Amino acid sequence: MKYVDEFRRQDLAKKVSRAIHNEVDRGRRYNLMEFCGGHTHAIFRYGVQDLMPDNVRFVHGPGCPVCVLPVGRIDNAIQLAQQHDVILCTYGDMLRVPGSGRKSLLKIKAEGADVRMVYSTQDALKIARDNPGREVVFFAIGFETTTPPTAVAIRQAQAEGLKNFSVFCNHVLTPAAIQNILESPEVREIGSVLIDGFFGPSHVSSVIGSQPYEFFAEEFQRPVVIAGFEPLDVMQSALMLIRQLNEGRHDVENEYTRVVSRDGNRKAKALVAEVFELRRSFEWRGLGLVPYSALRIKSAYAGFDTEKRFDVPAIQASDVKGCECPSILRGVKKPTDCKLFGTVCTPENPMGSCMVSSEGACAAYWTYGRFRDQATAREASA
Amino acid sequence: MCLAIPAQVVEIDDVSDSGTVALGPVRKRISLALVDDVSVGDFVLIHVGYALNKISPEEAERTLALFGEAELVEELAAAPGGGAT
Amino acid sequence: MSVKAKRFPQRLNIRSGTIDMTHGSGGRAMAQLIEELFVTHFDNDLLRQANDQAAFDVPAGRLVMSTDGHVISPLFFPGGDIGSLSVHGTLNDVAMAGARPLYLSSGFILEEGFPLADLERIVISMAAAAKRAGVPVVTGDTKVVERGKGDGVFITTTGVGIVPKGVNISGDRARPGDAILVSGSIGDHGVAIMSSRENLTFETTIESDSAALHKLVASMVEAVPDIHCLRDPTRGGLATTLNELALQSGVGMQLTEDAIPVRPAVSAACELLGLDPLYIANEGKLICICAPADAQRLLAVMRADPLGAEAAIIGEVIEDAHGFVRMQTGFGGSRVVDWLTGEQLPRIC
Repeated sequence: MKYVDEFRRQDLAKKVSRAIHNEVDRGRRYNLMEFCGGHTHAIFRYGVQDLMPDNVRFVHGPGCPVCVLPVGRIDNAIQLAQQHDVILCTYGDMLRVPGSGRKSLLKIKAEGADVRMVYSTQDALKIARDNPGREVVFFAIGFETTTPPTAVAIRQAQAEGLKNFSVFCNHVLTPAAIQNILESPEVREIGSVLIDGFFGPSHVSSVIGSQPYEFFAEEFQRPVVIAGFEPLDVMQSALMLIRQLNEGRHDVENEYTRVVSRDGNRKAKALVAEVFELRRSFEWRGLGLVPYSALRIKSAYAGFDTEKRFDVPAIQASDVKGCECPSILRGVKKPTDCKLFGTVCTPENPMGSCMVSSEGACAAYWTYGRFRDQATAREASA
Repeated sequence: MCLAIPAQVVEIDDVSDSGTVALGPVRKRISLALVDDVSVGDFVLIHVGYALNKISPEEAERTLALFGEAELVEELAAAPGGGAT
Repeated sequence: MSVKAKRFPQRLNIRSGTIDMTHGSGGRAMAQLIEELFVTHFDNDLLRQANDQAAFDVPAGRLVMSTDGHVISPLFFPGGDIGSLSVHGTLNDVAMAGARPLYLSSGFILEEGFPLADLERIVISMAAAAKRAGVPVVTGDTKVVERGKGDGVFITTTGVGIVPKGVNISGDRARPGDAILVSGSIGDHGVAIMSSRENLTFETTIESDSAALHKLVASMVEAVPDIHCLRDPTRGGLATTLNELALQSGVGMQLTEDAIPVRPAVSAACELLGLDPLYIANEGKLICICAPADAQRLLAVMRADPLGAEAAIIGEVIEDAHGFVRMQTGFGGSRVVDWLTGEQLPRIC
């Protein structure tokens, strides 16, 4: 597969690994946060940590839309499917995420609710066309990458005059979340949690461009390198961050130039601006209420807004007691710092959102990385 | 987040603003509503059934060259006399 | 034949007929369905005796018995259908004990309204699979459920077989140092099924690997009677099956990603859907664990059989108190290969 296989080559990985080992300053630590779950997944799936020096640590961030969706919004979706008898369409990722009382969309489907997994918003439109007598709700989640396809679907529904299609919009914005993390007291306070630099999102940036990160690099004096999702991209970007840190720079650099430009995808941005507008604030799991961090559907498209067509109450639901997802999502704690991790909380029986998506820090760590701590412990005791 | 994969455009249907992409031996119908100026033969990034962006072959080459360059820097540093011969 | 023609004045309308409740009621309609469809195609002496059971002699040795229920959507997929699958699946379960399968039984649960033409297609495919395998379907059962209470057709098959002397294959016999072999490329069946499901439409030339492996197993057992473990990595794929074996034997495993055969189309489909080929189902592959000294001989025997032409040694059994299956990735790092969690669902993130 072109543009995939080349970026997973072991011989090149060894080269970049040697360069990183040569260039790191042994006297310091490098705490590099990958905002995106895509990076987390690549790091674990390919075993990137094995090729990095010990003093370079990956801090896993909140960039997984499934993980940051608050329980209350999942409860809303469950209510829509159960009480309003709609056909609820959503991406496969959402199906197993637990809402209140351990209910998930998969569980209510088993109880008879009409929940359907779709691969694309086009599939949701087709379901609406094929079922003119039923209300079809698309449970939309995702960052800036996944938002434009929702915008296309809403415009298409309007053009076709589809009366039974609406979108339960949960699209969120990456820059707002990064800013929230950087401003959180634990991260700002010197000496507690340090994030020395950021891997910038790959595909989010392909839409919004590299320009929005310039503010962070300047304001918070942390380097940002926009990194592709293949393992070589991650390693090369780590090298670029290490170089910036060694040189005392804090610039926005772009490793993923084959897809990301400074301005991003103008057509996609224009479509999103046409259909959506900012919410004053939105709750993120782990981050709490984050101002101007999410989108809602503009009134011109109110007919396609599930929140206008149905009664969608604001539900205050709390996370499971003892669950450290909030701290893990901010990079303040590691999965193994959570008492529930691996005991009551496993991928089969997830308590918190980080264990649900394979991109969540806990699930990725559980699935791919567990043996590392044992190896580390053995080395330490030897 | 945001699983997306590069694939080559093999067919374009202007009427429906959609096309077919090939990912190795696999073919899939996708929407082209989010990209402009796509031609057959171009590589695009596919996300949830949409082409999100074109992939620049020149930039991909440049990035790949960087991976080799990392070692070049290292070789130059390791060579006696700074490597300039 | 003329006598039979009188018993059922009109032949089954296979072309446009459908299953109705009378086909499971025990009356004449059921007798006709059995005779004109099942007996006609499965055609063998034991079945023609028309008893509610089959009686046969068995050779001396350890008898193996296995049963498998088959539910699949869609019923017809690239490279097979529920009929051939239901024969192969059970033959493979019997064969994984190192046994030579002797006979099969089949139980059909049919949904009211199911087209007879589809049923005939399934039965013909099943009969052909049994004939190719040389293992007859000697007894069976048919039930009909009301419309909406089934998914077209469910088929349960049971197989019996005989284990040759000196063969003791079991999931708890993997020992540190043993070699791990797989008989060919992984993930073909799962990807073929996904490609034919309506909501995931993508096109590929990949066909299900559904096949009966007992002849391959027979030649393996003949070459190396002391094979330690055999198992077919069906649901949950290679990863889950290796974890089962590691747990059963109380060992760990170390795999090499680059050694595991995966077809390009399977890799590509998995990239597209965010899935991992290690967790995708197979219906015509086996995993073999044997003493390291036997590995090369087994590999040669496997590669000599068309169903094992792409066989490979993919790793070794190691000591590990945690029972982890680990893998050296093609990228040069290492990771755990865990059990499958829940269902493999396509991801967007």
